[in-house]
Amino acid sequence: MATPVTVHGPPLSTAVSRVLACLIEKDVPFQLIPVNMAKGEHKSPDFLKIQPFGQVPAFQDEATSLFESRAICRYICEKYPEKGNKGLYGTNPLAKASIDQWVEAEGQSFNPPSSVLVFQLAFAPRMKLKQDQSLISQNETKLEKLLGVYEKRLGESRFLAGDDFSLADLSHLPNAHYLVNAAEREELFTSKKNVERWWGEISSRDSWKKVVDMQKQST
Amino acid sequence: MVVKVYGPVFASPKRVLVCLVEKEIEFEGVPLDLLKGEHKDPEFLKLQPFGTVPVTQDGDYVLYESRAIMRYYAEKYKSQGTDLLGKTVEERGQVENWLEVEAHNFDPHVFNLTLHVMFSSKLGIPRDENVIKESEEKLSRVLDIYEERLSKSKYLAGDFFSLADLSHLPFTQYLVGPIGKEYMITSRKHVNAWWNDISSRPSWQKVLQLYPAPL
Repeated sequence: MATPVTVHGPPLSTAVSRVLACLIEKDVPFQLIPVNMAKGEHKSPDFLKIQPFGQVPAFQDEATSLFESRAICRYICEKYPEKGNKGLYGTNPLAKASIDQWVEAEGQSFNPPSSVLVFQLAFAPRMKLKQDQSLISQNETKLEKLLGVYEKRLGESRFLAGDDFSLADLSHLPNAHYLVNAAEREELFTSKKNVERWWGEISSRDSWKKVVDMQKQST
Repeated sequence: MVVKVYGPVFASPKRVLVCLVEKEIEFEGVPLDLLKGEHKDPEFLKLQPFGTVPVTQDGDYVLYESRAIMRYYAEKYKSQGTDLLGKTVEERGQVENWLEVEAHNFDPHVFNLTLHVMFSSKLGIPRDENVIKESEEKLSRVLDIYEERLSKSKYLAGDFFSLADLSHLPFTQYLVGPIGKEYMITSRKHVNAWWNDISSRPSWQKVLQLYPAPL
């Protein structure tokens, strides 16, 4: 059955998988159009029309065309407030602000060091690229320190933004999943009691399991 | 209620300040000297555990991350002052899109330039010419994309000024001023017109007058 909601990009991409997780949490049907990045499809003129920076994902529905995974997630939540997980982006302004605060923390503080580590530890070897040990060690230190802040927060609150699973937790799933499962850095999460508990809860959500399946099927 | 904003002389807090001015919300700057490391004081870390600015305090309500703070006030006071979020869900989507572009594609490079060109000696870190060169190259490619976008659209999210444009004000002001790379803006016709438009808004001029940069 045709659906107007289309996501362009490979499910293995962390940013693409962030959007997929959100669509599944919100029970919004979608089509996934693969983009072969190894063949440079993300830099083709046709793709650049929908994502001028040549990055994945790109998103389209009957009304608009968007990019940037966290923007797409917010749009999906605002457009379909009554579908699926209604509290994913909060049901009142204070809840929403707390979620935005932690989505920003993810984007500004968690994403940069975790992305470097995922690339260096999981992707570089597969792409037969030389690893940069000093980059690895610098970013491990940053992430370790950051997760110390998370440990304290998750001792006060079940999830990052409050008592309910939200976009803020979801936003962390893609990079954390690779750190644990492809970069041999599970210890970052298991060495801290509250972070370990939180990781266990969010990674076992049905929506995330479905995304991981999509990733496995795409290889 | 007067909203307290910590660290008003610095760039990221200025996103919040200009948003509050546009939304006609009263605020009070709370000085915090990052150059003296005051953001790492235990008292401050209780408010903002990551040790960064801005933080806002609105009565008992504390919020951090400039773009989260802007979204909260822009939405809470939607019917007051300038509408910074667009009128429809789709327009809001475009605002979010270009706000994320600012956060992930623009800010990292202009931040590196700020750190190395403006603050390295004050912070006792070595000025890295390679980082400066690479950041300028990457920023240049991003600005080429902005040039294309702004040739079709008056503002980043569409025909209306929004949080997406506003978010660029503080660090672009550094870029054309103390960083000394005004040519990156003036050499691009549409980016230049956009920058002149947004930076001449009374709200931005007011913020610059109230809290001049710390250098």
